[in-house]
Amino acid sequence: MPSLKDLKNRIGSVKNTRKITKAMQMVAAAKLRRAQEAAEAARPYAERMAVVMAGLTAATAGSESAPRLLAGTGADQRHLLVVLTSERGLAGGFNSSIVKLARSHAEALLAQGKEVAIVTVGKKAREQLRRDMGKRFVHHVDMSEVKRVGYENAREIAQGILDRFDAGDFDVATLFYSRFESVISQVPTARQIIPAVIEGEATEVSSLYDYEPGEEAILSELLPRSITTQVFAALLENAASEQGARMTAMDNATRNAGDMIDRLTTVYNRSRQAAITKELIEIISGAEAL
Amino acid sequence: MADTMQFDLVSPERSLVSVPVREVRLPGTDGDMTAMPGHAATIVTLRPGLVTVVDAQGNATEFAVTGGFAEINGESVSLLAERGHPRAEITQEVYNEMMREARRAHQTAETRRESLGDEVVAAAAKLLGDMEALGTHIGLDPNQATFPD
Repeated sequence: MPSLKDLKNRIGSVKNTRKITKAMQMVAAAKLRRAQEAAEAARPYAERMAVVMAGLTAATAGSESAPRLLAGTGADQRHLLVVLTSERGLAGGFNSSIVKLARSHAEALLAQGKEVAIVTVGKKAREQLRRDMGKRFVHHVDMSEVKRVGYENAREIAQGILDRFDAGDFDVATLFYSRFESVISQVPTARQIIPAVIEGEATEVSSLYDYEPGEEAILSELLPRSITTQVFAALLENAASEQGARMTAMDNATRNAGDMIDRLTTVYNRSRQAAITKELIEIISGAEAL
Repeated sequence: MADTMQFDLVSPERSLVSVPVREVRLPGTDGDMTAMPGHAATIVTLRPGLVTVVDAQGNATEFAVTGGFAEINGESVSLLAERGHPRAEITQEVYNEMMREARRAHQTAETRRESLGDEVVAAAAKLLGDMEALGTHIGLDPNQATFPD
């Protein structure tokens, strides 16, 4: 049975924890709003880019001279996995679910006898993958200095990927990040970026436009940008997801701390009452014995 | 036919401008062009240069862009640029930074000529040249922008 003083200390410490988690939750909520706004603001560019890309790909489909970024190297042997996570923990299952998806993907590829190389963005992916995948790391992008994800960050990451592709280091590149669905739901997602996978209905768009210069010249200029845009979109989604996950996790932590305080307070009050009763019994039985 | 169309200047991070306009003059890679309402649907890549936007009252506004592309159809022009600034905001410092970026791109292309091929280097050189021309055009000195080292 813990002493009254122990209980009191314990309650004090849980109260402190609750204050911290509450503060973290509120900070995450504020950051989430900003991250969502940033994601919202970046959407028009990404959408237009996707439409134009879809039109271009349809227009050049089947052509012999299609750029390698679109057509691929013709092989499917060497894979590059780009794992995007956060720099900080305490965000519930946010980082581990991304890493889990990437790991299972990597294991499946290895089981098929393919080669896997990994680029990590953010400290958490590196820490969690180091033990079993450490040999396959080829690059790490440190985001700890980045306060707010900008297009520059995306460009740097994308340029790194493109340089590797130009050097012939891999055939297929896949992004791993968390798609922001709502504050309580973030979906770990794998997205292939090289060779480019173009989504959406393109048929009607392509025939509508004249291209100047020709389709292929535009396409080869736009493909790297489109990849940068996709990396940027993934970074923004990740930033929003991280804050969303942290907010939910900290909300739970705050509630748990509250429950714990209630329970401990009950125990404390009971023990105090028991001590008083015990003292009274001692006094009364002492008086009776006289 | 309507006498104005919608003009949007969009950067990857946010939408910069969205106004109704009467005409837009674009610095296309293959030459300048003007888009007016009812223009045939076209997608055109841009070189670094000035985009001139004329509103319904005939007032012209200029924006400097560092390349990108524009999507033109009869009712709207959407310009997707990695960087776009109103001309008034292009100070020597902003321009210096843009120049540095172009120079760096050119240098990296130059050092990796082997793997990239001559075309990429030529493209980077052309970009740098266009950037210089842009600076001279708006009265800024391209030679001020030197590497920090």
